[in-house]
Amino acid sequence: MVVFDRKSEPHTPSLLRELEEKARTIRRDSLIMTTEAGSGHPGGSLSCADLLSVLYFHHLRYDPANPAWEGRDRFILSKGHACPALYSALSLAGFFPREWLRTLRRLGSPLQGHPDSSSTPGVEASTGSLGQGLSIGCGMALAGRLDRREYRVYVLMGDGEMDEGQVWEAAMFASHQRLDNLVGIVDRNRIQLDGFTEEIVGLEPLAEKWRAFGWNVVEVDGHDLRQVAEALDGAEGVKGKPTVLLARTVKGKGVSFMENQVKYHGTPLTREELERALGELGG
Amino acid sequence: MRPSASMREAYGRTLVELGERHPEIVVLDADLSTSTQTFLFAKRFPERFFNVGVAEANLMGVAAGLASCGKLPFVSTFSVFATEKGLSQFKQSIAYPNLNVKVVVTHGGLSVGEDGASHFCLWDLAVMRSLPRTTVIVPADAVETEQAVRSLVRHRGPAFLRLPRAKTGLVYGEGYTYRGERLEFRIGGSVVLEEGEDATVLATGPMVVEALEASEALRKEGLRVGVVDVHTLKPLDERTVLEAASRTGFLVTAEDHSIFGGLGGAVAELLAERRPTPLKRVGVKDEFGKSGSWRELYEAYGLTSRHIQQAVREVRGMAR
Repeated sequence: MVVFDRKSEPHTPSLLRELEEKARTIRRDSLIMTTEAGSGHPGGSLSCADLLSVLYFHHLRYDPANPAWEGRDRFILSKGHACPALYSALSLAGFFPREWLRTLRRLGSPLQGHPDSSSTPGVEASTGSLGQGLSIGCGMALAGRLDRREYRVYVLMGDGEMDEGQVWEAAMFASHQRLDNLVGIVDRNRIQLDGFTEEIVGLEPLAEKWRAFGWNVVEVDGHDLRQVAEALDGAEGVKGKPTVLLARTVKGKGVSFMENQVKYHGTPLTREELERALGELGG
Repeated sequence: MRPSASMREAYGRTLVELGERHPEIVVLDADLSTSTQTFLFAKRFPERFFNVGVAEANLMGVAAGLASCGKLPFVSTFSVFATEKGLSQFKQSIAYPNLNVKVVVTHGGLSVGEDGASHFCLWDLAVMRSLPRTTVIVPADAVETEQAVRSLVRHRGPAFLRLPRAKTGLVYGEGYTYRGERLEFRIGGSVVLEEGEDATVLATGPMVVEALEASEALRKEGLRVGVVDVHTLKPLDERTVLEAASRTGFLVTAEDHSIFGGLGGAVAELLAERRPTPLKRVGVKDEFGKSGSWRELYEAYGLTSRHIQQAVREVRGMAR
């Protein structure tokens, strides 16, 4: 058993460079996968690529050869439509071969259009219909406490997902249960399928909402790898309440013509656009 | 008059017993634990009981998370809330990933009574039966409830078990016996209570007692009417249903549920493809229902022994 466990490594420039490289690959993979598939959600995959890089290549503890290891940290992608980024991270972490990535969304592929825990090694929960991940995370955190295990539970949500009532049911429950082994992360890219979050149903003041629900709230730049890593570390010291990271991000981050464009929520790049995008991303 | 007993209380008691031997059992409720009787478990095992408040979406999701970490969650609330408000979560978070969660609902059907239509769920069996990987069980009485709940601990995967609110008549003797014979509860099975020659009533839940009374009354008319307790709607005991069809030629289904998609639906689907047989469905006919005592409602919506008798006479008038 070889457990990936690098949480305690200092945030040196070389570690941050490595995380940056992984994030770059996650972005490249996400764009290639969705263009190959002819459908999918590239914009929100790019906005959370840096968050996933810090989680999977620095913060989380797991064993890719034994995805069911009971002591592992749990990560739930509640914004399931960003699964190209998750699949890329899981393949880089060694949960399954890189070749699987190009089968995304094809009949018979282990990589479903939205995450499915019974199809894909390393996927902890079946998501896609928004709003459900935080509740599942609460259950995992309760189980960890009942079994006196040290693992921690991370749930990445979209900001459009904050519209869902279930998120707030779970938020209220988590703080009532004092689930300090649970961390929520909101990919605050300010865009949902139909437009800007503040124009559809305004979410602000979002930090105050989470605070009012009894959570420890940390606001970070979701593209600043050091800030994200430090916030995740810091959450471990917060006792008696769950922590949520409100990560300010840019939808389509890393590709100039995709950034802040509503269109790329659910539209893959054309072949020509993909070439340009990969050129910009480099690597 | 046959003695009656509460299936809810049988559930609550059995859960405590199982909790003693199975530390993996956890119980979740949505602010109805005194009605569903899970409060008994909560009193005995407070650390393994979670009340999520009036929040059924979260209820299902939390159960999914617990199950994915090796716990065996029993989830209880009224059927109307579990299957209407928690359906999306049951589907995506529990059934699709095939998690070992047991949803045991109370207040199924018109047996809710006075609370009225907002609290009736007359389509839960239709909805749950149509979900892949989901087992659907409807015990006939308090004795069978105990057996069914025990069997859920041995069963792997998502399951839905539906109980009524009302205290209903006992079909079985203590320890799950019928006419002195000891039975064994098997998920996917059924119990032939009366062998028939002229017609068979396939009944589920509290309608099994009504079916037995109908069979007895019809004997005075010279008819031998079989009665089967179909305690598992999914997987349906197809063999027993088809045998009853062949042997008696006429079938009636009886359930405290819409005639669409529940037991009547399941049997109609099976017969149409495998052995077309005259069939009448006793159940609620495309209505929401109204307030009243459950006995009054059973009368008003056609769910009594008398209605089953009439259905048997009618089905026997149909061409074979």
